[in-house]
Amino acid sequence: MNRMKHKNGVRVRRKVIQGAMFGIFKICAAANGIALAIMLYFLVSRGWRAISWTFLTQPPIDSMTKGGILPCIVGTLCLSIGAIAVALPIGVASAIYLHEYAHPGRILRLIRLGINNLAGVPSVVFGLFGLAFFVVYLDMGVSILAGALTLGALTLPVIIGSTEEALRAVPDTYREASLGLGATKWQTIYRVVLPTALPGILTGTILGISRAAGETAPIMFTAAVFFTPSLPTSIFDEIMALPYYIYVLATAGTDIEATRPLQYGTALVLIALVLGLNLIAIIYRSRLRRGR
Amino acid sequence: MQDSLKMSTVDLDFYYGNFHALHGVTIDFYENQVTALIGPSGCGKSTLLRCLNRMNDLIPYTRVEGKVCLDGEEIYEPDVDVVALRRNVGMVFQKPNPFPKTIFENVAYGLRVNGIKDKAFLADRVETTLKQAALWDEVKDRLHDSALDLSGGQQQRLCIARAMAVEPEVLLMDEPASALDPIATQKIEELIRELKKRYTIIIVTHNMQQAARVSDITAFFYLGEIIEVDKTETLFTRPKLKQTSDYITGRFG
Amino acid sequence: MRKGSKKGKSRRGRERVIRCIFFGVALASIATLGLIALFLFVEGLPVLGKVSVTDFVFGKFWYPTDEPPDFGIFPLIMGSVCVTAVSSVISIPLGVMTALYLAECASARVREWVKPIVELLASLPSVVIGFFGMVIVAPFLQEILNIPTGLNLFNASLMLAFMSIPTICSLSEDAIFSVPAELKEASLALGATHWETIARVILPASISGISTAVILGMSRAMGETMVVLMVAGGAAKIPTSLFDPVRPMPASIAAEMAEAPFRGDHYYALFAIAIVLFLFTLAFNLVAEYISNKYRQVGAATL
Repeated sequence: MNRMKHKNGVRVRRKVIQGAMFGIFKICAAANGIALAIMLYFLVSRGWRAISWTFLTQPPIDSMTKGGILPCIVGTLCLSIGAIAVALPIGVASAIYLHEYAHPGRILRLIRLGINNLAGVPSVVFGLFGLAFFVVYLDMGVSILAGALTLGALTLPVIIGSTEEALRAVPDTYREASLGLGATKWQTIYRVVLPTALPGILTGTILGISRAAGETAPIMFTAAVFFTPSLPTSIFDEIMALPYYIYVLATAGTDIEATRPLQYGTALVLIALVLGLNLIAIIYRSRLRRGR
Repeated sequence: MQDSLKMSTVDLDFYYGNFHALHGVTIDFYENQVTALIGPSGCGKSTLLRCLNRMNDLIPYTRVEGKVCLDGEEIYEPDVDVVALRRNVGMVFQKPNPFPKTIFENVAYGLRVNGIKDKAFLADRVETTLKQAALWDEVKDRLHDSALDLSGGQQQRLCIARAMAVEPEVLLMDEPASALDPIATQKIEELIRELKKRYTIIIVTHNMQQAARVSDITAFFYLGEIIEVDKTETLFTRPKLKQTSDYITGRFG
Repeated sequence: MRKGSKKGKSRRGRERVIRCIFFGVALASIATLGLIALFLFVEGLPVLGKVSVTDFVFGKFWYPTDEPPDFGIFPLIMGSVCVTAVSSVISIPLGVMTALYLAECASARVREWVKPIVELLASLPSVVIGFFGMVIVAPFLQEILNIPTGLNLFNASLMLAFMSIPTICSLSEDAIFSVPAELKEASLALGATHWETIARVILPASISGISTAVILGMSRAMGETMVVLMVAGGAAKIPTSLFDPVRPMPASIAAEMAEAPFRGDHYYALFAIAIVLFLFTLAFNLVAEYISNKYRQVGAATL
């Protein structure tokens, strides 16, 4: 009996330690939520007053101190859609090669190494690369095209990763059944694997668009300018963009304090765009998982 | 009953990496007969089945030695068209695996990948095949619903129909009823007895009663080797080897 | 019928062509990486005509627009190293423990809420986090700590930490999840508590995956640009306190590129900084790659 009691004491201590550790874990997890909440609280509470129909549909006036941000919204949409137009076909095709065709070996390892390292390249380095290669060497100038290509290179690993995940989720028995019916490899991929993986690829695409929309450093030297008098008419035009506009207004505008409401408003629009796209992707994905 | 040779393997060895999965397997399969492969799990019977339409090509680090012949032609020769081979040697898998498409599109799939676009022909073939698979009456009003909404037994019969639609000569079945309930199993078995009039059927099963019920010839596998092959009736009632009789009377495996 | 028919041959030819196309496209990532390296070196190496490698990397003074200019990037490197180190001190425990919470403690329903929060945190644009650090956190720090500027090493590290936590968290969680259930159950069956199982079995078994996660998180912090550009304070000197302003490498590049005369010495010097930055993050990634390959987690026996 005594021994049982002694053991009981030890057990209580072990339980307490466990409780304490799990408590700390919980606090850490909560810290993420709190950080996100604080950030959103300040941006929303200070930014929502700036949002109006005029703000969303008019160009800026009075040397950026009044008016709206329409050109920035248009610019960001152009850049992120352009980036996806570049990254999606290349990314999906790469993922198909990696997951459906490649055999394990040195070449596969090398390609993966390339993708992982491309994903790790700092965004400002992408910016310099875009400047040196697209803007100067290929002579595109500071333009939507150069910016979209730079952002496309940056989003490529995102698209490859999410497409591969979607392909992994396609059961192997589908491939075997199709090949067993005498379909060729390409027929199998095109008619069975891709349609099944499509929702997952779509989720990845939405995430890619949102990533491209939020990036600043890659477009600083390749596409974005602080002000253009008119909306772009061709892909060789310079363009205004939400993230770059926030940066310039907040750090180098003509009157930083006076444009504070504009800064908050622009940040809020960007956040709404990016988080909105992410939420759509997250909800869509959880629906997919439940559906399976 | 004709006894013409359809497929055969001669001294077939198979390796997964360093693992020697099949040892010198020599066996013949005859037209219009059901051959059952039985044995404890891991004995290589599914591996052999997957060698017969080169499905194992899909698994990296595997190696085949020896001969597999279909109508006297070796199927592991380098100039063999694997795609054409698989059109002639169809396969039904352990778990029902219909594509996430409609019932109609599942059956039509094999024809479509063969380049057939004629709508009337497709509709006609889908109907005939579904009738052969004894599924037509159950699905004729919802051909354009998703195949994933069918019951497990219906899904498996759909998969059999899908395999038959391309009119293969040989049908490989890898434990086709193991994931199904007894009633669905019974339907599949009836279907197999019906189908052997048109096809050469090779079926892997770990259910000895099933082997006894549906097959004409049974081969007993153990540790990657064929222990005994004989007419099903003979093998189950008067096995020549002790190992075989131990297995079929349930003393191991 | 089966061998060498015309149809079969053309079909196989077509399949081979398709395969080659996919292979070619899959090389795009490597090609891009190669082009990035190439152009950084082409545009960056000319600076070595003005200053030696040692003077460039270890020079203590960065006055690129003076007459004559000083191109010593040691303060910038130290700025990057310091923000990365300080942010890691915050982000590693927070990220790993959040991952442990998600993988081991949280119920399925809680997970369903917490995971998206971490994902949303990861998706916040860096310029917005920088803006937040500048207009909210900096005045707050300045006031309560009574320091000359809230734009400093600490503020930048704090903002960076919240950008690298999601990376660390989600990769660690994957690593923890892939510890085979058998191991965990064996420990629990011997009478260990859940916490003891985590500390003695699960963490050791997933340590290589968690290390990879940590290294990639640090690499992300080091390469992050907008936050350090807006929040770090921008002084090109070696920090002596947690609340000194610093000028990490990405900040210097982003701030000065617009003003540097095209293909002047300053321009070359900025590309050379990018080379250093690129090599740093490349090294981080290669180390992470090496760890995850060498100490690949072995699950339950397969095949």
